[in-house]
Amino acid sequence: MNTGIPIQYFLVLATIMFFTGIYGFLTRRNLITILMSVELILNSVNINFLAFNRYLYPHKLEGKFFSLFIIAVAAAEAAVAISIIINIYRRFATINVEDVNEMKF
Amino acid sequence: MINFSYTIWIALLPFLIFLLLGLAGHKLKPKLSGLIGTFGLAVITVLSYITAYKYFFTSVKVEGAFQKIIAYNTTWLQFTDKLHIDLGVLLDPISVMMLVVITTVSLMVHIYSLGYMKGEKGFERFFSFLSLFSFSMLGLVLATNIFQMYIFWELVGVSSFLLIGFYYQKPSAVRASKKAFIVTRFADLGFLIGILILSFNTKTFDFITLTDPSGPAMAQGSGIAFLGLSVMTWSMIFVFMGGVGKSAMFPFHIWLPDAMEGPTPVSALIHAATMVVAGVYLVARMFPIYALTAPVALNIVAYVGAFSSLFAAVIACTQTDIKRVLAYSTMSQIGYMMMALGVSGYGGHEGLGYMASMFHLFTHAMFKALLFLGAGAIIHAVHSNHMTEMGGLRKYLPITHITFLIACLTISGIPPLSGFFSKDEILAAAFHHNKLLFAVEYAVAGLTAFYMFRLYFSVFWGKETQYHQTPHEAPATMTIPLIILAIGSVAAGFIPFNELVTSDGKAFETELELIVAIPSVLIGLLGIGIAFIMYRKESAIPDKLALTFKYSYKWAYNKFYMDELYLFVTKKIIFRYISDPIAWFDRNVVDATMNGIAKVTQSVSFRIRDFQSGQLQKYGFVFITGAIMLAILFIYLWK
Repeated sequence: MNTGIPIQYFLVLATIMFFTGIYGFLTRRNLITILMSVELILNSVNINFLAFNRYLYPHKLEGKFFSLFIIAVAAAEAAVAISIIINIYRRFATINVEDVNEMKF
Repeated sequence: MINFSYTIWIALLPFLIFLLLGLAGHKLKPKLSGLIGTFGLAVITVLSYITAYKYFFTSVKVEGAFQKIIAYNTTWLQFTDKLHIDLGVLLDPISVMMLVVITTVSLMVHIYSLGYMKGEKGFERFFSFLSLFSFSMLGLVLATNIFQMYIFWELVGVSSFLLIGFYYQKPSAVRASKKAFIVTRFADLGFLIGILILSFNTKTFDFITLTDPSGPAMAQGSGIAFLGLSVMTWSMIFVFMGGVGKSAMFPFHIWLPDAMEGPTPVSALIHAATMVVAGVYLVARMFPIYALTAPVALNIVAYVGAFSSLFAAVIACTQTDIKRVLAYSTMSQIGYMMMALGVSGYGGHEGLGYMASMFHLFTHAMFKALLFLGAGAIIHAVHSNHMTEMGGLRKYLPITHITFLIACLTISGIPPLSGFFSKDEILAAAFHHNKLLFAVEYAVAGLTAFYMFRLYFSVFWGKETQYHQTPHEAPATMTIPLIILAIGSVAAGFIPFNELVTSDGKAFETELELIVAIPSVLIGLLGIGIAFIMYRKESAIPDKLALTFKYSYKWAYNKFYMDELYLFVTKKIIFRYISDPIAWFDRNVVDATMNGIAKVTQSVSFRIRDFQSGQLQKYGFVFITGAIMLAILFIYLWK
């Protein structure tokens, strides 16, 4: 069990992906890119789940099932998000997030 | 035991008719809705007569006294085990007598209105209000407890308000209805306080318990509570204040003359025969308490009644609007009834005044309704309220003339008409109890005869007036009630009230006391004689007299400036020195505080509204920063 890659490697990878996603979410102006950043965040979480499952409870399946659920939900979420973005484009003729600011005081 | 539970329908039927006419009246033909109202009233009149017959002649007496029967009772509002408000039907001699009075007069007024109000706008509204009034008045007299009475007391106030303001497009009618409502409402405040004091100390609302001579009210005794008077005395004085307002006694009488703005049948029903005697009924209802534990309050009743009757009689001699003369006459006669209650004792022959008061209430309802309906027929024919525009009408209105004459003779106390008997009993009661009050009432008897015949002679005799249209007799729907009421006025005097309606329910012997009866007839005849000389033909005497006593005449003509006094007190003193400072406080302190809070909130929200920018990424940044902060907090700092 201890022969493979150490768990720290997975965790570092997941952290890098997570903060890349956060950075992209906060800085990019294109809604599609923001969506992609969200996907990155979700996938980093998936990696964490799988790594912990493999290293801490190798005979159980909860971590894997969680990952599968997250993948399914992420797919649905992507579909909804893209349809929202298309509607936004039809309404405002832009997908720049700074121009979509109708919902304010 | 006879079953009286059907009597609940006597009160409920008019209410159902009110709902029917009020909600669906505009869809019915006016005539049909009038007939529905009249028919319903006829049904309950028959029911009331049956009830009266059964109660007085077939019900079982205990020790020779009529029993108080609770025909129906239901708990309406249950606050706690002991504190609950009931609604029900209480039958005793006075409530059964009032049933007969109310339904009779109300039925006559309904029939009369079919003719009088014909073609008026709002015909069905008029009848629905009349039904509402009948319902409230019947509920008032049948009340089993003082709180139910208070509820219906207010309801008759409302129906009176609605009917005075029936011509709601006429500003004077609107003013009069407002005035009536506010003045009586003010007096009712006293009534409510009285009820609260009374029921707080006796722990009951129920009339039977309250008026039981061995009940909790009597057990309160006469310990001095406040300003030298006992608790029961104070509560009875406050209760009487309600009666003063409703019965238009001095000083709350100012609404009654103005209430004449309403249609004349309404004046006959509400402001002569039924509602205004509610105050007398109230005092009679609570009479054992007044007589046994609150003699001071009873004296107040007597003096207020006597003063009002004199006061009103003097004003009535100077008025020229025929309805106002009758209004002041009503006030004067109710003063008689109050005075009679005030000089009465409890039980046996001592209760002569009580019996006389109820007797006079009964006969007065008949002849005063007749007078008002007659006045309505005159107004209907001449299209004016003013005596000065009338004269010589006896040729044109023969039926009205005869019935009006009968009513005038009745109110003047000429034997053998009913007014003679009831007035004689009142004067006898006063004579035995208080010579001063007797003297006042004796003078009022003369004044009454004078002003009634002044009215009679100047309308039906006097100068020949040229009318635009020849006046014509009223239709049969109007004259038949006049004839029936005239028969009632003649016959009512032969009802043996001393066996039926007495303070303790037991019969007692009365005889005609000639020492009182003969002088009272003589002064009545004297009043008629003076009126005959002054107004039979056109003469200069009245004007000369008015000129001789210029100032006192003007004083009385302007109703002793009571209205102006009230206006002065309210406008110049209360409004300026109490209401205005309160208004200032409200605007500059209460409102300003509220406005200040609103302004602070508004400016703060202007400052912080930039946080809500609509920028998705700003929100995201704040959210993520917060999440990280919390993570740090929980991981490293929360030990």
